[in-house]
Amino acid sequence: MCGIVGLFLKDRTLEPKLGSLLAGMLEVMTDRGPDSAGFAVYGDGAAAQVKFTIRCADAGGVAEALGTALGVDVSTTIHDTHAVLTLGAEHEAAARAWFRAERPDVAVNGAGRRIELYKEVGLPADVSQRFGLESMAGSHGIGHTRMATESAVTTAGAHPFSTGMDQCLVHNGSLSNHASLRRMLVKQGMTFETDNDSEVAAGYLSWKMRGGATLAEALEAGLADLDGFYTFVVGTENGFAVVRDPISCKPAVMAETDEYVAFASEYRALAGLPGVERARVFEPEPARVYAWERH
Amino acid sequence: MQVVDLDRSTRRELNAELHALKKDTNETHWRVLNPGGQHALAVGLDAPITVEIAGHAGYYCAGMNRQATVVVEGNAGVGVGENMMSGKVHVRGDASQSAGATAHGGLLVIDGNASARCGISMKGVNIVVKGSVGPMSAFMAQAGALVVLGDAGDALGDSIYEARLYVRGAVKSLGADCIEKEMRDEHRAELRALLDQAGLNGECRVEEFRRYGSARTLYNFHVDNAAAY
Repeated sequence: MCGIVGLFLKDRTLEPKLGSLLAGMLEVMTDRGPDSAGFAVYGDGAAAQVKFTIRCADAGGVAEALGTALGVDVSTTIHDTHAVLTLGAEHEAAARAWFRAERPDVAVNGAGRRIELYKEVGLPADVSQRFGLESMAGSHGIGHTRMATESAVTTAGAHPFSTGMDQCLVHNGSLSNHASLRRMLVKQGMTFETDNDSEVAAGYLSWKMRGGATLAEALEAGLADLDGFYTFVVGTENGFAVVRDPISCKPAVMAETDEYVAFASEYRALAGLPGVERARVFEPEPARVYAWERH
Repeated sequence: MQVVDLDRSTRRELNAELHALKKDTNETHWRVLNPGGQHALAVGLDAPITVEIAGHAGYYCAGMNRQATVVVEGNAGVGVGENMMSGKVHVRGDASQSAGATAHGGLLVIDGNASARCGISMKGVNIVVKGSVGPMSAFMAQAGALVVLGDAGDALGDSIYEARLYVRGAVKSLGADCIEKEMRDEHRAELRALLDQAGLNGECRVEEFRRYGSARTLYNFHVDNAAAY
């Protein structure tokens, strides 16, 4: 069992409240996943810059060493065990190479123009509080509460998983063909940080989108190629999508108003949203891709 | 009227109060405020009372119901009216998966749509869905009737025993051993009565429905398969 939540704002005046709304949703899903939690928030970003969300023991020192090695300015915001490092977008590849070569202890949760991605072991409310989700602003966000069933309770095993710039995925379920898919994707040049099946799903979608597919097209293809149980919520820089496996094995409920589209494993997590009593509340159909985009 | 506000008291307190009612209670009308999608609301009731849930309910609402009338004034989560024995459960919005699962009796009315596996393993309950039902509905249904005013998803009535399925709209596909069957007078009478009970008297005609049920080819072991063992 796991809990997943997602919130995609249509009304920009709600953006300062994104973090507090998402934190409320995440906490309600503690019953479905009390051992670890994570979330991605799509906040501000500048076109010429890239943000890395990293986790390591001395994020401040890492930022300084990275800046010195690359000869560039790196601005840093520390959030508990994580840090967001912002630098010129043209240095993205060099920064990744430096992390790999010089600081293999640094885990890169995700990178992109707008995404920030946090995950940690512990109760969802504690995880939100440690990273200050409550005060984060943004256009959309995705969260996950984990009840590990088949692999260890570790930070690396927590969701969301990000395998492409500004992309992330949360998953409730389990995949049965992730080993063969991972081999195929590795041959295609994708890299994976964990043995987790959900990371393979994220990698599959990133691979499809790298080949030119839209988010919705990538998910359509996934219906044929991913075998197992899944409800996915996926974020891209401007997009938000939901899909369930063909037998709708895992729960899902959505609420849509003129102000937002919200997703949760159970309605309870939506009950605190503003104006939800007027929302169109519906259960996404099995094997149907639901996608929203903001321009 | 008794009012319980779930912003002030817990679901366990609500259910305990309802369970403590004597069968001849005068407190026959209950209203539950701020349900917030909580699970297991008004489960295991056994008194002739009416409970109105003023909003959306979570999983297994009105499960194991006996005698009571439970009205959900919003959507209901997984397994609404699961294993109910008698009484009535009325969902004004949509129902999630496995609505009326394994229920033995009573009437379940869903004003909106029901998603996958509606009426799975139903054992005598009557279910009226005014919208459509999702895939695998009436899976292994054993007794009772499922009435659908809209469409039915894939594999309707898969491995069905003896329940009667009445569908007005399109059936995407029939499951194993489920076939269309003749509508006889007894079926028209049953359907008319169920539509009336669901408050649809005069709103739809029984002639618009088709009946589906068991071909009964899975009832007995087929001797040709003996070599498989």
